Amino acid sequence: MSRILLLQGNQAVVEGAIAAGCKFFGGYPITPSTEIAEDLAKKLPKVGGKFIQMEDEIASIGAVIGASLAGKKVMTATSGPGFSLKQELLGYACMAEIPIVIANVQRVGPSTGQPTSPSQGDIMQARWGTHGDHWLIALTPGSVPECFDLTIRAYALSEKYRVPVILLLDEVIGHMREKIELPDNYDEIPQPERKQPTCKPEDFKAYATDDSLVPAMPPFGSGYRWHVTGLVHDETGFPKGTPEATVESTNRLHDKLYNNLDDIVEVENFQMDDAEYAIVAFGGAARAVYEAVNMARAEGIKVGLVRPITIWPFAEKQMKALAAKVKHIMVHELNYGQYVEEVQRVVAGKVPVTSYGVYNNEPATPDELLAKIKETFK
Amino acid sequence: MSMEKLIDTYFRPGRLPHIWCPGCGHGVVTGCMVKAIDKLGLTKDEVAVVSGIGCSSRASGYLDFNTVHSAHGRAIPVATGLKLAAPKLTVLVVTGDGDAAAIGGNHLIHAARRNIDLTVVLYNNSIYGMTGGQYSPMTPLHAKATTAPYGTIERDFNIAELVKAAGATFVARSTTFHAQMTTDLIAKGIAHKGFSLIEVVSACPTSYGRQNKMGGPADMMKWQRDHGVPMVAYDKLSDEDKLVKFPIGLLYEVVGAQEYTDAYEELIIAAKGGK
Amino acid sequence: MKQELRLSGSGGQGLILAGIILAEAALLDGKLAIQSQSYGPEARGGSSKAEVMISDKAIYFPKVTKPNLVLAMSQEAARKYVDDLSDNGILVTDSLFVKEIPASFKGKVLELPITHTAKTELGKALFANIIALGAIVKLTGIVSEASIIKAVLSRVPKGTEVVNEKAVRLGMALIK
Repeated sequence: MSRILLLQGNQAVVEGAIAAGCKFFGGYPITPSTEIAEDLAKKLPKVGGKFIQMEDEIASIGAVIGASLAGKKVMTATSGPGFSLKQELLGYACMAEIPIVIANVQRVGPSTGQPTSPSQGDIMQARWGTHGDHWLIALTPGSVPECFDLTIRAYALSEKYRVPVILLLDEVIGHMREKIELPDNYDEIPQPERKQPTCKPEDFKAYATDDSLVPAMPPFGSGYRWHVTGLVHDETGFPKGTPEATVESTNRLHDKLYNNLDDIVEVENFQMDDAEYAIVAFGGAARAVYEAVNMARAEGIKVGLVRPITIWPFAEKQMKALAAKVKHIMVHELNYGQYVEEVQRVVAGKVPVTSYGVYNNEPATPDELLAKIKETFK
Repeated sequence: MSMEKLIDTYFRPGRLPHIWCPGCGHGVVTGCMVKAIDKLGLTKDEVAVVSGIGCSSRASGYLDFNTVHSAHGRAIPVATGLKLAAPKLTVLVVTGDGDAAAIGGNHLIHAARRNIDLTVVLYNNSIYGMTGGQYSPMTPLHAKATTAPYGTIERDFNIAELVKAAGATFVARSTTFHAQMTTDLIAKGIAHKGFSLIEVVSACPTSYGRQNKMGGPADMMKWQRDHGVPMVAYDKLSDEDKLVKFPIGLLYEVVGAQEYTDAYEELIIAAKGGK
Repeated sequence: MKQELRLSGSGGQGLILAGIILAEAALLDGKLAIQSQSYGPEARGGSSKAEVMISDKAIYFPKVTKPNLVLAMSQEAARKYVDDLSDNGILVTDSLFVKEIPASFKGKVLELPITHTAKTELGKALFANIIALGAIVKLTGIVSEASIIKAVLSRVPKGTEVVNEKAVRLGMALIK
């Protein structure tokens, strides 16, 4: 049985977290993500989970890292300024390979910016916010039901690859209320399980891997005692200062994701079968594009929407294929132009890639997009 | 148990020798910690040690428990999440004066406020040792450091009073000279249900002693002997002496205060409808 | 046919709740709906708006751009939120607060004693949002009467069901 609800995107993230088995949330209040914390404060204890409001954004990601080491599925949520603060330990989670899910409901920045206005200005920060070479996964839902589905997927990916997964919402999606159909209970939702060691505790090497390149991760207290560090380490988990150790660690952190792009990268195509032109857009910005595409087609312009659902790793293969198919690509995002640079890099001049960045506190309307389509695709 | 036996039992094979300089007090503090754990009869699986960044924080890598060498200042938040998610674990925090009182200062007072059952062992060597001798919030006023070449004009934290005011329910201080007392206080701190902090004054001959003309490691131990005064005796000192000496021993304890993870278990029962 | 409504007034008049209830009523009717609102300083006592879109088909863009109806429950809201209301649209105002209809608007205007009715019939101004919903539903038929009542009752505090249902009916009665 299922129930039909009118939920905000933020609330659907909460439902997805509960459904995926999240049992720990550490957070700090910040607009426009606060509903996630408020809802989980109410709901987690009912399923035996724990909620803690920490003293700051850094502490909240620290707490979820600690809880993840205890074997829990965890979440923290924030928005731009808080996401900036979390970068320190986001890098730690990448380096120590600790599964965590971070919801970042983007708002206008930099700095305090426009706290209640939508933006997609954290695209590059989600990729390169913390220092050093690192790789992670970022997903961008485009509807309230997708907030639910992608949160569940975020846990699946985070646990499978032992990597932080960022749920990159924007204020449009986070705050709008939309119809969602949810199962009455979440027993049927597959619960991702972390890989566990099969050897004896005394033979356990915390970061030894098989072909998956993902090490097993026993919870603290299980009898497998191991060491977690942000220093470069070898397969034993202990710090190692050699050039070889750094190269090996860096390569593995890259390859464990980039060997599996087909599993990780998801892109939606809308009206693309016969499209001569494409708009690339995601999240809240894509909502107007669906309508604009239909309006343009009614006027005979063969345009479609390509919507990356996985923002990072970049949908390189899909964008290359797109460049071979259409005459012109326009990237529409709620920022001055960030994702467009990646599209341009991959398309490498094969077809024109133009940017339609909107950064005026409001998503572009379907009418505005239609005008832009007519102006751009001539 | 002899120190050799303790090393065999609680230190990870192949991880020693440690990185600490000759004469550094941190080995003594770490030794006291494992003695305290041994004294309490805890198994290695039920103990977690979370450290930050700095000389002291390297201790976690040497110890054969569930260990985390976290980020600078962040040991307490990581330990808080770990403890709340796995309340049965005994969670110790290993930290230094810079790690705990500067970059991690906010986390320290909030963990004390929550009265979460963590045992913080603060290795106080009065200096940032790993980066080569910069002043910390616990470097004494007028002491020299590479970033205070004319002597620091910043007043230092009395960390014991700070965490006490923040709500800690067990606060103690000792020195590496008073090693037996250190072991006992750490054991008591672990046994205490609630937030406990044990500050251990530890010598850094390389980065602090040398800049402040305190002599060699043995001289610095003697300084600890002469300046650390048990609480009862300290109270009787003249005001002048109180300025240069410091009290050691159990400084403050509240028994029976609600501990955070216990309170959370009660909250869960209430949220589920009181069953 | 997509219906776009904007419920505007002052913070504290319960217009966001009214928007949520209206959208939930549409779901009960088996339709699709999206509700959004303005946040921020505006939502702290200044002017406030909730927007609702209802349709049989998928609604993509979640913001109202071509409202069919604007409810204005304050003079400031009537000034700020009526610009994009076409002359085919309807402006509903609360006659207690809105004394001046924007001159630019040439369409149909209904000046209803919404808050006045709440005060005189139910003793409290706080029922004004529910009365407004009753009036809008009666006026537009955008959702069924059964669904609006069901949606209202599932959102209001326990023990206030009878008075809230009465509020819906009082609102309906304002439409002659």
